[in-house]
Amino acid sequence: MNLSNAIEMRRIYKQFGSLVASDHVNFTLRQGEIHALLGENGAGKTTLMRILYGLYHADGGEIWVNGQTAEIKSPKDAIALGIGMVTQHFALAPPLTVTENIILGYTDSFQIHLSEAHRRVAEAAEKFGIPVEPKALVKDLSVGQRQRVEILKALYRNARVLIMDEPTAVLVPQEVEQLFESLERLRQQGLSVIFISHKLNEVMSITNRVTVLRLGQNAGTVETQSTSPPELARMMVGRETFGVTKSAGKPAQGKIVLELGQVAALDNKGLPALKNITFQVRAGEILGLAGVSGNGQTELAQVLDGTRLATAGQVKVLNHDITNAGPEKVMAAGVGRIPEDRHQSVVAELSVAQNMALEHLDEFTRQGVLNKKSLLQHAQKLIAEYQIKAAPGDKIRTLSGGNMQKVILARVLERNPTVIIVAQPTRGLDVGATEYVRGKLLEQRRKGAAILLISEDLDEILELSDTIAVIYEGEIMDILPAAEAETERLGLLMSGVKANKVAAHGL
Amino acid sequence: MTDVAFVTFLVGLLGATLRVATPLLFATIGELYTERSGVLNLGIEGIMFLGAFAGFAIAAKSAEAGLAGYLWLGLGGAIGIGLIMGLLMAFFSVTLGVNQHVAGLGITLLSTGLALFGFRMIFGQSSVLPSIEPFTQFSIFGDLPILGPIFEQYLLTYLAFIVLLPLAWWLLYRTSFGLELRSVGENPEAADAAGVNVFRVRYITLALGGALMAIGGAFLSLAQLGAFSPGIIAGRGWVCIALVIFAKWDPIRAMWGALLFGGVFALQLRLQLLDLVDIPFEFFLALPYLVTIAALALAGRNVAYPGAYLKAYRRE
Repeated sequence: MNLSNAIEMRRIYKQFGSLVASDHVNFTLRQGEIHALLGENGAGKTTLMRILYGLYHADGGEIWVNGQTAEIKSPKDAIALGIGMVTQHFALAPPLTVTENIILGYTDSFQIHLSEAHRRVAEAAEKFGIPVEPKALVKDLSVGQRQRVEILKALYRNARVLIMDEPTAVLVPQEVEQLFESLERLRQQGLSVIFISHKLNEVMSITNRVTVLRLGQNAGTVETQSTSPPELARMMVGRETFGVTKSAGKPAQGKIVLELGQVAALDNKGLPALKNITFQVRAGEILGLAGVSGNGQTELAQVLDGTRLATAGQVKVLNHDITNAGPEKVMAAGVGRIPEDRHQSVVAELSVAQNMALEHLDEFTRQGVLNKKSLLQHAQKLIAEYQIKAAPGDKIRTLSGGNMQKVILARVLERNPTVIIVAQPTRGLDVGATEYVRGKLLEQRRKGAAILLISEDLDEILELSDTIAVIYEGEIMDILPAAEAETERLGLLMSGVKANKVAAHGL
Repeated sequence: MTDVAFVTFLVGLLGATLRVATPLLFATIGELYTERSGVLNLGIEGIMFLGAFAGFAIAAKSAEAGLAGYLWLGLGGAIGIGLIMGLLMAFFSVTLGVNQHVAGLGITLLSTGLALFGFRMIFGQSSVLPSIEPFTQFSIFGDLPILGPIFEQYLLTYLAFIVLLPLAWWLLYRTSFGLELRSVGENPEAADAAGVNVFRVRYITLALGGALMAIGGAFLSLAQLGAFSPGIIAGRGWVCIALVIFAKWDPIRAMWGALLFGGVFALQLRLQLLDLVDIPFEFFLALPYLVTIAALALAGRNVAYPGAYLKAYRRE
């Protein structure tokens, strides 16, 4: 047993129903290293770490902590062993203060002396170099600040090993940089970090070693210095990636298809969600709308597909006013929609064939009676064309995310829409499905569709868009050609810095 | 009305307000705690009823047996049965994960049935309701001039406002248990990940809440009335559910809610007696409930429910 290993997981086995989520995985974390756990969605990264943190129980295998065998039955055991975890969905209670969240479950007396607790949290923040405001309510904090609270919470419990589950998914680029600086500093103080990710560039820039998981198995552990993104990608996918490429970003010349003029709308709470939104999308153009989640993207997509009323402004398709026309007329005007929550755009209990026909039932009915034969033929055609792994009669809820997304894609794209409103098209999909979906969008672009791509994945925006608009608190901060959009500049715009100020940064 | 008569009227009204508010305060604090842990306990109406019955029955039988502390035995019995019903609610909603509306209403039906059945078994059917000598009222200030009637109260009323209320506030906001309770109700996953036993916290809270509801019911039979009748609770449990929302899950605001309802209730009794106008007495009876609805409609909009309200917790 090598004493320099902080964690050693041996032959960890875990099964959910018939799915083997962790297939005899070995994993070793050295003292004072940042170690990436890399893999596609569903490769078993999170499962393995939830086992280490006591949230799942392994069906087999052993865990060694600091050279001693350990039994971790609950997070409490993990915390006692000096293991902390920052999950993807923050484990914080928003109405409580930062201090209350940090000391929760780690108080040493029945009565809590608040001033004393505030002082201790402030001390810890100072010691670890993680700035937080002890008395602030968590619900008033930004996502980046909440993540800092989570990290401090783990460190406050004397964590020597920190598990970070996809920590950068929710951050803007500047926050990512800050996070990486903090992690590197903590590493130098002796902390060991497990960094779960599926983003190759991040893994290359911050980690010392990388373990790749594929289909629940360990596909290899390598030193970061002696590997490369293509090699890691090969290990992740088990083959060379195809790499979707966009034909070089020529400026869009097509006619204006989708036009928004000073559109405003309210959110569900009745507060302004969109202010003065003005932009145009031309035929054969992909306009990428970048922004941190919750800045009006959802509301914009709803206004455009006719499910939310605009309180001001105009939406035109090919000079034809469709403002507040309702979903049916919007669809008739040639707008296809691929909403952000794919589970909300299908009916879980209905079959694949029924879901495929859902938006145009009139075409599959005769005097109000469904024509099952044409329904079936239609489904078979789309399943073959879009390579969907399902039978027409399967309930759609049994499909994987990727196949479900393909059903929605098929339903929309078979009609060759003139406008496509697509939100978060690849969220939660694995590499193969992501490539497929992106390829299909580019194919529609070639065919001359005007596409509005709403995505929180900046890499996706950069990869697909001809033009990029940035939204912040319901306002368009700037619209720029993709060629001029550097990550840093977009990051500043996404965090609310006005375009002229960005220019002052010399970007 | 002369000035003296008006002052007498007002003092009497305030005294009565505190009395009427007492059972509501006990039960509202009980419900507030359970909801803060993420569980809506619609068993409240039944648990109050069963508490009122158990307290009365034990006290009456103990008095028959010549036990001096018969009222305290009754109160203790009510607390015990409240704990048990709270634990039963916990078993259904926390362990089995039954829909909380269904489980709570089930507890209310069960408790109501048990109490009515027990009442018939023990006291039979008679035209005269059995009664006991109830708790007496006293004033901690002795014989005060003018303001005296305000402080002429039952010990349980003093306990509710001077002991229970500050204690409930302190326990919720200034102890590790309170912090665990609030976090379990807001984000049980977070509490679990922080090493808090979500199930344990909810069990303790539901038991505690059940006991407080039962005390609220027992106050009516052991102090205010000295008797038990099938209409004794008269929807007070449902009022408490509304008061918890009115209070936005804060004990101090719950006190104001209980006082508001108590005040209107006491006022309508006096309006009935005054015989001033030709309005049917049923209208006055309905008044406190109408005020509750109005207050809720005004104060209950856009309230932030506990994050895990109505959700059973399961580790994935």
